[in-house]
Amino acid sequence: MIERTEEHDAFRAVVRDFARRELLPHVDRWEAAGELPLEAVTKMADLGLFGIAFPEDLGGGGGDFTSLCIAIEEIGQVNQSLGITLSAGVGLGANPIHSFGTPDQQTEWLPDLIAGRRLGAFGLTEPDAGSDAGGTRTKATLDEASGEWVINGSKAFITNSGTPITSIVTVTALTGPGEISSFVVPAGTPGLIIEPAYNKLGWHASDTHGITLVDCRVPAANMLGARGTGFRNFLKILDDGRIAISALALGSAQACLDLSVEYAKERQAFGGPIGRFQGLAFQIADLAVAVQNSRNLTYGAARLKDQGKPFKQEAAMAKLYSTETAMTAARVATQVLGGSGFIEGPAARFYRDAKILEVGEGTSEIQRLVISRGLGLPVG
Amino acid sequence: MESMNVIVCVKQIPDPATPGALGADNTLKRDGKLILDESDSYGVEMALQLVDAAGGGEVSLVSMAPNGEVSGMRTALAMGAAKGMLVSDPALQGSDALTTAKVLAAAINKLGGADLIIAATESSDGYTGTVPEQIAEVLGLPSVTFAKKVVITGGTLNVNRQTEAGYDEVTCPLPAVISVTAGVVEPRYPSFKGIMAAKNKPLETVTASDLGVTPVGWAGAGQSIVSVTQAEARAAGEIIEDDGEGYAKIVAFLENLKVI
Repeated sequence: MIERTEEHDAFRAVVRDFARRELLPHVDRWEAAGELPLEAVTKMADLGLFGIAFPEDLGGGGGDFTSLCIAIEEIGQVNQSLGITLSAGVGLGANPIHSFGTPDQQTEWLPDLIAGRRLGAFGLTEPDAGSDAGGTRTKATLDEASGEWVINGSKAFITNSGTPITSIVTVTALTGPGEISSFVVPAGTPGLIIEPAYNKLGWHASDTHGITLVDCRVPAANMLGARGTGFRNFLKILDDGRIAISALALGSAQACLDLSVEYAKERQAFGGPIGRFQGLAFQIADLAVAVQNSRNLTYGAARLKDQGKPFKQEAAMAKLYSTETAMTAARVATQVLGGSGFIEGPAARFYRDAKILEVGEGTSEIQRLVISRGLGLPVG
Repeated sequence: MESMNVIVCVKQIPDPATPGALGADNTLKRDGKLILDESDSYGVEMALQLVDAAGGGEVSLVSMAPNGEVSGMRTALAMGAAKGMLVSDPALQGSDALTTAKVLAAAINKLGGADLIIAATESSDGYTGTVPEQIAEVLGLPSVTFAKKVVITGGTLNVNRQTEAGYDEVTCPLPAVISVTAGVVEPRYPSFKGIMAAKNKPLETVTASDLGVTPVGWAGAGQSIVSVTQAEARAAGEIIEDDGEGYAKIVAFLENLKVI
């Protein structure tokens, strides 16, 4: 186990207690409703989860990235939809403003995002540009007369973009040939069209929309970071996000392991608990090893980040391994639970929710590409 | 009152999620990590609210544990208590309720006393339910038990005291000792900042002899645990078939339990 402090343990205990008391009893209802439960966001905000890793003078908790990962993992063990809401709200909503925003931009948007009163979204992916984010087609042109940027294009799969408390959507757009910049578009800006929520395989209680931008005008002051740095800056955000998604996947895998162990000890067949059959027991044993590996990779990468050391390679490894473990864990859990795993409930839900982990914030293929390049291999 | 100091007696117990084993002397083994007894989280929350309402003052903690474990006290400090004193001494092993009360009373005196002392009605592991009243007796203070609502007005304690039929309205002068029932307030979750701050809050560890309390543990106990028997398994519930008069049986059942 990666070293951690007593405070990390104490914080984990608090989040676990909170998640099981305040969230778990309502999860079935929230998932069935198929939309982000604001009451859950409010509870998580009241606990300070959206601000953990931001400085205290900005209203944050002054904690480290490891603590944020602990929160995402623990919330994710109870509900993946709320785990991604937290991860995206912090990593994709608040973090770009904190990392690249001007003092004015930070003053305007950051306090509400850090407090969890409002949510921010980041629009990078487009219908024709996903892993190939450099292929962005959305365009922003400067209207010299008004000094405003006029944005046209569309974005796909944007988390937290259409909630009643969404305050901003940051979008990447071409501002010249091969030049990508990013812009903060406040919710409600004319021409920012939030499409109806997707009907998704999983993450039913999280908010995801496509976005269309039609002559959407924002002031020049809404450019985030210097002109032409939009792509480079977003890649930095993604490195953090990979560790956070790894923590979310770890939460899913741990929950599936716990469900499997519990069921295998209780379920009786052929005159005893099914856990005495090696065919099942060994699958669960292998899963326990994979979960422990995911844990070490996740918190190892988080620790490097907290120490200010390079972590790109480790973040990609953690994300790749933990998300694939989450898929395996969901398959094992639903197999151990048999018919009970196919009925609506935690195992079935983790099964549906796991797939996107291998895709979002960098597919497994992209992680392998990053790792290969990190090894100095001449891959394309 | 413009300022009010409250001392909360907190017990650190083995995590009920992973129940401990009994030692050869029939007492619960307490050699591992101990957590804040959930019953005490209500007293801590009430103390924090009373200090808030008074507009000043602080909440302090006293606790007793055979090992030097402070995890449970750190939780209460993370909730907002200002400081704590742990009486920790291998010699405390086997202490009965009266010895516990003497030790905690001495710790309360060592902290300089308080306007109000709060304890849970009973702990979640021992359930003797006698320590708060014994502390009051040792300290020579009035004792109000089963407090479900507490208001301080002009230096007077006003308590709604839970009874089987409802509640009594009790007043008494301060300082006093009260025991609070579970569920009277909603204990706050420690904030992230609170957890970090708790690390640097003063937490003094003393021994029973530092406090001048002897003998303690088995040597001071006026009781011994002769044997421990497994609790009877809960009997199957009674099923009432509704023949149109089922409600009457349910009402009678609830009346018999004195819950309505």
